[in-house]
Amino acid sequence: MSVHININKICKSYDDVEALKDITLSINAGEIFGFIGPDGAGKTSLFRILTSLLIPTSGTATVGDYDVVKDYKKIRQSTGYMPGRFSLYLDLTVEENLNFYASIFNTSLKENYDLIKDIYIQIEPFKKRRAGDLSGGMKQKLALSCALIHSPKLIILDEPTTGVDAVSRMEFWELLKKMQKRGITIIVSTPYMDEAALCDHVALIQGGKLLAVDKPENIVKSFKGSLFAVSANNMHKLIYDLDNLMNTSNVFRFGETIHITSNIDDDLLYTENAHKHLSESGYHNITINRVEPVIEDCFLALMDQDMVKG
Amino acid sequence: MNQKEKIIEVTNLVKMFGSFTANYNLAFDVYKGEIFGFLGANGAGKTTAIRILCGLSPPTSGKVIVAGYDVSLYPNKVKANIGYMSQKFSLYNDMTVKENFRFYGGIYGLSGKEIKEKTQFFLKKLKMEHTRDIVLSEIPLGWKQKLAFSVAIMHDPKVVFLDEPTGGVDPITRRQFWEMIYESADKGITVFVTTHYMDEAEYCERISIMSEGKIEALDTPAKLKSNYGVNTMNDVFIKIAR
Repeated sequence: MSVHININKICKSYDDVEALKDITLSINAGEIFGFIGPDGAGKTSLFRILTSLLIPTSGTATVGDYDVVKDYKKIRQSTGYMPGRFSLYLDLTVEENLNFYASIFNTSLKENYDLIKDIYIQIEPFKKRRAGDLSGGMKQKLALSCALIHSPKLIILDEPTTGVDAVSRMEFWELLKKMQKRGITIIVSTPYMDEAALCDHVALIQGGKLLAVDKPENIVKSFKGSLFAVSANNMHKLIYDLDNLMNTSNVFRFGETIHITSNIDDDLLYTENAHKHLSESGYHNITINRVEPVIEDCFLALMDQDMVKG
Repeated sequence: MNQKEKIIEVTNLVKMFGSFTANYNLAFDVYKGEIFGFLGANGAGKTTAIRILCGLSPPTSGKVIVAGYDVSLYPNKVKANIGYMSQKFSLYNDMTVKENFRFYGGIYGLSGKEIKEKTQFFLKKLKMEHTRDIVLSEIPLGWKQKLAFSVAIMHDPKVVFLDEPTGGVDPITRRQFWEMIYESADKGITVFVTTHYMDEAEYCERISIMSEGKIEALDTPAKLKSNYGVNTMNDVFIKIAR
């Protein structure tokens, strides 16, 4: 019952701003596909095109057998959409919002209760409360319930975890995994790089262009060079001194350490040189360890490359 | 030991809304030039506490002193001595960059000459001189956030409150933003910051984590990790907030 998605050379311009530049990719039936990128990357424009709410400047896209422009009525029947901004009726209660969206799609809460049960039971105690009076986490669960109420084959979630704390984010992903088990294809966008690892495939997107599309583990594998985590007594000054280190690129603060990429093959030689350079510059408590890259390292490196290329 | 100057002093802060206790007996100090991370789950009571610290809402009981003034007695003195920016609201989208500086500079009571100098200084530092006459709505989010931070410190406040300043911003700009934070702290401005990015929690000197209206933990990132026997701030947060 799940559907695959084909996106073919999609471009979208607003006046002279190119929001999407020649996007081509396909999304497998039943997978969780993540678009990872910051605000302004083009994620929302792409999602509006896939949900038939926006017409592309050029290119085509299909959801299952349906074209997003020609077959927009069919698309809307089979797709659930959770926009980035909370868009339900604030003056209707939880229950009224759900009944309203169900009736638009000629169905009822009762008919599809089983599908939304996992999520809905968490907000059911507040079903008489107006949506405007819910906390952020509860609003998000109500919005997801409404997006699922017509039993869609595909759901598209635009930054569902932005501004959400680390615990709620984890719980939200557990819900998505349950939806996936029911055979629903899930497209989700996020600015949190750590959420990439929870997707089957991800597209890294920036400035309307795809930087990479692959399984998260393959994106990490394709990282070029050796990555090292460095720390020393004066972390703030350290970042400027590492910028001047030989054979080094991509100097970025990373939690409690600074990540640097070596451009030479000999790790030992590189570490020895770095150590010498830092102790001569007056640092102590120096640690330099080889580490495995995560998605954010890859994103930073790809962004850097992209800026150099222009 | 050298006694550091306290910029924020919170003693037994309680805030009630009707019968609901949003802040329960909060007590902490923040020092001059410190970067203090104020973390917690959604709904834990962070926003309520920040509003009190900024002089926007009086505490139900307890004593809160910010930048030398008691927030209950002198809320307007507090407001004049702090800076504030948030992800949700910072600058005016329908004014140009220069107009935003002029507007906020005026509110903070700077002279025309000072406003001009500060505008020049920050735009040069951000390499954004070419944006002076551009309407803010046309500027990318990351740049806007850097401008908003500059505007929030243009009157040399003793402390600046940053409420999720980097939400949705790209990873390079997020890091540039933190360089600006470090630079201000080096100059002696105290930085009070909230974030949902746990790697950014590591960039703070000390962190408090709130849960259900109380501060459940307060220490350096390194001590918190060792106290809870985990390797990342994300795990510390999940242990406390779940």
